[in-house]
Amino acid sequence: MANEYAQNTTMRSPLGRVRGLGSAKGGTHHWWMQRVTSMALLPLTIWFALAAASLAGASYVETVAWIGRPWNAVLLLVTIGLTFHHLASGVQVILEDYANQEWVKLGGILAVKAICVLLALASALAVLKIAV
Amino acid sequence: MSIMQDSREATMAGRRSDGSPVKRPLSPHLQVYDMLQLTSALSISGRITGIAWSVGILLMVWWLVAAAAGPAAFAQVQWFMSSWLGLLGLFGLTAAAWFHTLNGVRHLAWDAGYGYQIQDTYRTGRWVLIGTAVATVLTWLIAIIAWA
Repeated sequence: MANEYAQNTTMRSPLGRVRGLGSAKGGTHHWWMQRVTSMALLPLTIWFALAAASLAGASYVETVAWIGRPWNAVLLLVTIGLTFHHLASGVQVILEDYANQEWVKLGGILAVKAICVLLALASALAVLKIAV
Repeated sequence: MSIMQDSREATMAGRRSDGSPVKRPLSPHLQVYDMLQLTSALSISGRITGIAWSVGILLMVWWLVAAAAGPAAFAQVQWFMSSWLGLLGLFGLTAAAWFHTLNGVRHLAWDAGYGYQIQDTYRTGRWVLIGTAVATVLTWLIAIIAWA
């Protein structure tokens, strides 16, 4: 190539590269938090799946009593928080990969995060209302 | 880099982190990939089941909020979840969730640096499929026994 300078120049400083800061500044942290939440969700999801399955056909009173038990409520709250964190970061990656227009990508990510915050708060409030 | 003679070279035009060009294979694209081979089918299924679970989580939100709202609201959730549509949705959600979970464990092993041999990726892929079937059936056995 004729332009040797353009070929080998980068806008990123050597310090920025050493610190692993990509264009989005937090790519490594985002990737890592997806793994952390997935590891935490592994036992929580198995617990919730088995609990939900054994609550099949349970009455309103039985279900509310189960949700209201202190440890169940605590584990439910943690599961809700981690699930929506993991969900939002996963959908964000999918939108970043497949959305071609910038406004669709940014708008989609912001909308998903807003919906996740609202649903997580609604779920957590429901658990707290029953348990407290 | 010289002028490309073959369009397939476009999938080899990568860049190092300092911006200098390098000839190496890039991430696979749909048009050059056989999506029906086990490895790529499971790969995209990981994302599809993630999206399915994201939608299915609405059932958990509805279930919790209705339980907090009172017996009348809870009766509506119970009615939906015991309807044919609800049961079908829950069954699909169970299978999708188990697949995403087990395939996620496979991904964590890759992240830790294990299982990159081609025959290993196929073997662990088959484990994920078998595990999904077994876990889904077991979950529903528990549900059916609890219900009965």
